[in-house]
Amino acid sequence: MSNRRSLWITLASLLVYVFLYAPIVVLVVFAFNSSKTNVIFEGVVNKGPCGPFYWFCVLFKNGEVLSAARNTMTIAIVSTVASTIIGTMAALALQRYAFPAKTFSEVSLYIPIVIPEIVMGIGILVLFSALFRWLNSAFGLQGDDRLALGLGTVIVSHIAFSIPFVALVVRARLHGFDKAIEEAAMDLGADEWVTFWRVTLPIIAPGVLSGGLLAFTLSLDDFVITFFTNGPGSTTLPIYVYGLLRRIITPEVNALSTVWIFTVLAALAISQRVQREA
Amino acid sequence: MPQFAVELRDVVKRFPGPSGEEVYAVKHVSLQIHDGEFFSLLGPSGCGKTTSLRMIAGFELPTTGAVMIHDRHMGETPPFQRPVNTVFQNYALFPHMTVGENVAFGLEMKRVPKTDIAPRVTEALRMVRLPGMEKRKPKQLSGGQQQRIALARALINRPEVLLLDEPLGALDLKLRKEMQLELKTLQREVGITFIYVTHDQEEALTMSDRIAVMSGGEVLQVGGAADIYERPNCRFVADFIGETNFLRGTVKEQKGKTTVVEVDGGITVRAESENSLAHGQSVTIAVRPEKIHLRPTSGAANAFAGRVEDLVYIGTDTHYGVRFAGDHRVRVREQNTDSASTPLARVGDEVTVSFAEAAARVLVE
Repeated sequence: MSNRRSLWITLASLLVYVFLYAPIVVLVVFAFNSSKTNVIFEGVVNKGPCGPFYWFCVLFKNGEVLSAARNTMTIAIVSTVASTIIGTMAALALQRYAFPAKTFSEVSLYIPIVIPEIVMGIGILVLFSALFRWLNSAFGLQGDDRLALGLGTVIVSHIAFSIPFVALVVRARLHGFDKAIEEAAMDLGADEWVTFWRVTLPIIAPGVLSGGLLAFTLSLDDFVITFFTNGPGSTTLPIYVYGLLRRIITPEVNALSTVWIFTVLAALAISQRVQREA
Repeated sequence: MPQFAVELRDVVKRFPGPSGEEVYAVKHVSLQIHDGEFFSLLGPSGCGKTTSLRMIAGFELPTTGAVMIHDRHMGETPPFQRPVNTVFQNYALFPHMTVGENVAFGLEMKRVPKTDIAPRVTEALRMVRLPGMEKRKPKQLSGGQQQRIALARALINRPEVLLLDEPLGALDLKLRKEMQLELKTLQREVGITFIYVTHDQEEALTMSDRIAVMSGGEVLQVGGAADIYERPNCRFVADFIGETNFLRGTVKEQKGKTTVVEVDGGITVRAESENSLAHGQSVTIAVRPEKIHLRPTSGAANAFAGRVEDLVYIGTDTHYGVRFAGDHRVRVREQNTDSASTPLARVGDEVTVSFAEAAARVLVE
């Protein structure tokens, strides 16, 4: 009986894993397809100096891809740093201070997590276009000087939607934080600033790091909000891939996705390691 | 030469309450604590003892009144600039630092040269009897060890006053008893003024040179252990420190210290009081259970016939519950000496309870 049950559990677990990872395996395998249309696997490609990595070489010679990758990384890094700082500060403020409209601030901070992303995207788009139209006419900006959607607007919108996630994760870490530890530091002669850097931050660092990592991955693969707020010259990888798909799915897309997956996995491994050492 | 190590002058602390009204945590407390003294603030939770300590440390500021440390007015001086250190209830060790880093933190903040810090850390750990623990992390240590590290971390700074906020509260009974004696010895060795907050009356009696008993934000009595135990000045102190029997009555006559009180139920009790009392004033008499005897001791001022209602044998002593003069009940504690195998009385026995005049204290409400 128990033997049979454990067999079923093993089988069920295996199926879950197949369900989760089969698409990714297929995706990676098709990055080595010799067929350009990429509908059927027609054997491993072996062309040019790169051999089986032919599509990866094509990818790295593609200027559009490289520029989209650069944009994606710039947006992800800048928005992660900014939203981690702001989100951590928000979490600390909500944790330790009493101020008017505290409950309102707390609830309103988390609303962006639950409202549909497309609503947020449209909202940000409407806000930016109205603001830019007003600023452009108020300051008489002409031609290239005019404010328009681009890298800046994408970064600002990514910061905006990442802050609640960072705040949420950091608050979870702060829950049960013994305030006496900070008081002990002050008692031993550390002022507020030194106490924060020497005591508070090192203790909440794993939470801050997790929050930052979450913000980073959210930014890396965001499509909806980026779609509404980007402009000429600020195409990101998700937007670029979507553009490619509308024409033809070549193994180049698979190669790009493969590189992407391994980049994220590497980042995850590093952060796990850092957290374990902390 | 400053007069006092710490002085509280008419200190009041109010907090905004949940429904907007102000709540008093500390009401007009004045205390003078001498240099080198082991001073305890004793009281039940919510009596204002921890708030008083936190005002000395600088974590709270008095609403009105003054905190003086060696004659210096603390005003709004932040905790990191006060010449005191604190040992916290839950140790509050820095979990991300080693024991050595924890202990060195205060000296590092004072910018003591690194070469001077290391020997002082070694010395501080030796003092709390945990030498060679520098490289451990706090969570690798037991509760008692963590408490000693917290003590070393505070004492290494050679503060003018050491504040201890129920530091032994989280330890088990046996370890707590050991640490009590150790703390007292350590305090004598270093000669630093200790201010110790506790709700455990036995702990306060064991360690303190003087004790301030607090209740409802006020200091009720300040004195040595014997003063407070033998001569409580009010019902709360008598009740909170040790076990006490209370008898209510009215003053019939007073000659010097000797006060004759007519207790409800038609008996008169001879008791002692330093206060001069008016005829007919209603008072409470307090008698400790160990000062009452089950047989009339020769020359006892007070002796009454009663009946044993219950009996509890607890090893060193036997406790008897005795009813006498109608509705009065007292607890009597008799030590089990060599004849312990035969109790003085059994449940239901008619006995005589007696106590000396000096054993009965008159308390004015």
